[in-house]
Amino acid sequence: MKRLKARTFEQGIHPRYNKELTAGKAFKLASQPEEVIIPLQQHIGAPAKPLVKKGDIVNLGQKIGQATGFVSADIHASVSGEVLAVEKVNGSLSVKIKNDFEDRQDESIKAKGDLKDLSAEELKDIVKEAGIVGMGGATFPTHVKVSIPEGKNVDKVILNGAECEPYLTVDHRTMVEQAEKVIYGLQALMKMVDAKEGYIGVEVNKPDAIKSMQQAIKAEDKISVVPLEVKYPQGGEKQLIKAILDQEVPSGGLPLDVGVVVNNIGTAVAITDAIQVGMPLVERTVTVTGAVKNPQNLIFRIGTPLSQLIEESGGFIGTPGKVILGGPMMGQAQSNLDLPATKGTSGILVLSKDELGAYPEAGPCIRCARCVDACPAKLLPTALVNLTKADMNLKLQDYHVLDCIECGSCTYVCPANIEILQWVKLGKENLQAELRKSE
Amino acid sequence: MIGGLVMSNRTQLTVSPGPHVRSKESTSNIMFNVVLALLPTTLTAIYYFGSSALMLIIACSITAVATEALFQKLRGIPVTIGDFSALVTGLLLALTLPPELPIWMAIVGSIIAIALGKQVFGGLGYNFFNPALVGRAFLLASFPVAMTTWKLIDVTSSATPLGADNPTAIALKDLFLGRVGGSLGETSAVAIILGGLYLLYKGYIDWRVPAGYLGTVAVLTTFVGKGGPIFHLLAGGLMLGAFFMATDMVTTPVTKKGRWIFGIGCGILLVIIRVYGGLPEGVLYSILLMNMFVPIIDKYTLPRAFGEVKING
Repeated sequence: MKRLKARTFEQGIHPRYNKELTAGKAFKLASQPEEVIIPLQQHIGAPAKPLVKKGDIVNLGQKIGQATGFVSADIHASVSGEVLAVEKVNGSLSVKIKNDFEDRQDESIKAKGDLKDLSAEELKDIVKEAGIVGMGGATFPTHVKVSIPEGKNVDKVILNGAECEPYLTVDHRTMVEQAEKVIYGLQALMKMVDAKEGYIGVEVNKPDAIKSMQQAIKAEDKISVVPLEVKYPQGGEKQLIKAILDQEVPSGGLPLDVGVVVNNIGTAVAITDAIQVGMPLVERTVTVTGAVKNPQNLIFRIGTPLSQLIEESGGFIGTPGKVILGGPMMGQAQSNLDLPATKGTSGILVLSKDELGAYPEAGPCIRCARCVDACPAKLLPTALVNLTKADMNLKLQDYHVLDCIECGSCTYVCPANIEILQWVKLGKENLQAELRKSE
Repeated sequence: MIGGLVMSNRTQLTVSPGPHVRSKESTSNIMFNVVLALLPTTLTAIYYFGSSALMLIIACSITAVATEALFQKLRGIPVTIGDFSALVTGLLLALTLPPELPIWMAIVGSIIAIALGKQVFGGLGYNFFNPALVGRAFLLASFPVAMTTWKLIDVTSSATPLGADNPTAIALKDLFLGRVGGSLGETSAVAIILGGLYLLYKGYIDWRVPAGYLGTVAVLTTFVGKGGPIFHLLAGGLMLGAFFMATDMVTTPVTKKGRWIFGIGCGILLVIIRVYGGLPEGVLYSILLMNMFVPIIDKYTLPRAFGEVKING
């Protein structure tokens, strides 16, 4: 089942990857902060309910937030110490803990036993109890993802090691340094959904990761490593499935509809830790890069302030213009560096004021169709913009606006600097509002 | 705990939606490259026709840019002549004119091209018709004699080869190299192809349009008309039209299938006009007519979206 030629999807773009800044740098443990700020919502879905109050002494790995509802995730203390407050930070209810630097482990933390002795249900429970969410940045609760609805059949699990976002190298380093953990996590995932085949898709700009993964699966006949072409958004769920299995997830559908579950490399490792050590998701990996003096890959405790991770990486080079959480294509710009890095923070990218330049003024569309040629969903972004501007919302449906995966390739290539993605997002909202009205 | 440096920088950080990096491509860069690609043709024109060609090129270019600036001033919108799009229109128009055309006519044509061909629709990106061809159409309708009188550059050709009684008498080599009578930019196929290849290489034009256009003409003229396919491909303004006018981004479809249809449609119309029509040349109207169909072509050639499946599929 081993394929050697790099596979891919149709269209997409080739931004500058800039991964050489950190690709060769092994993970380092970030120093623990004096105080962590742990938001009770670090995932898609309902926020967790706090289980602690001011003055409580908590242990490392202790559950401090209980998931509410089906799509939600538990939250755990990432350090041991005293709860300073349970209050809103930047609009999000958070638990502030003063670190006593003792790393006193909670008694709940113990190895869960051998993978072959654990049932699918037990494994899902372990994942849920560990508060694991999709660590590529989407932060969708993993236990929900592996709960396959009645009537659906999953036979394949894909691990996303494409890491197509420029600058980011955490998945790359994880595959190089922790290949066994990745495979173990994949096997656990396969068991959870009763899948027969496992795939790890890796872009060919990471030859050492491909080699390391191939080494690790030597004894496995159900798992293949699939080299992927270097192209954005190769790591998009649907693009990944197209590349690896040559199957298209139907419009409006989920990977489940073609019998596939896709998970991130980091998620697999978190699952491994939850089984082998019993440690819930209290730390994760991050690439701190761009205009910082010492770009690097760090492992940090959830709730560490962004500013500390930046200073740990040598601080800014020049005047910072933008600090982006995640990669430069789909990451979010953040202005408040006192805020904590969380379960979804796969990258902290600093762009200096100089490289940011003047904010580009949008010109008229010259119909060059670069967006049309770039769109991985094969839409006509230029038409979507025009229809949105004209408020022709129902018409947007004929142009499949809801199939947009919001990768931003259209905006990236636009020579007229039109914020195409923003218009398309607006069009999506307008259409959905219109559809709700007519129901 | 938190460094003063970081705190003091907080308010200076920009927050804007992604993507946070953009390609270096710009409208002005694309247009500038079209001007570059027209250089071989422009220089060939000046080489063969001398100062009269130079004067026409300068007059058309300056007039086009000035008209654009004036219109934008009058409309109270930013002047965008720095995007080179008006220059492209002026230059292209000049290359469609006969070398002996009075300068004032060229100036009128250039004003019309920008004013009626572009600005009345709302400026760059909003026009339906290729502005340079609008200018040429106006001149052809207003000054038909001046627009169809060509200077002789060599004894074997008496007029534009398409008007000749016996087109095959004109050496194909001369057509290819440009040693024939005709409008400024119509003479040398090799110069045009050179520029066209440059644009193809840079990705600024889609090969489907010239392939559809030229291919259709080649196939059809194998069976109808006089002169045969090679003569028809090389003669008149076809090469210039196929590489520089039918490929104008603003006035051609954005879908790939649509570009095939556009190119093939231009080819069919061209052959009908050349072989059966009363005009010696058909490039102008073949493109202008197809320009009208662009919105409907785009509408009916919507690509299959990713994951879009047939109801019964």
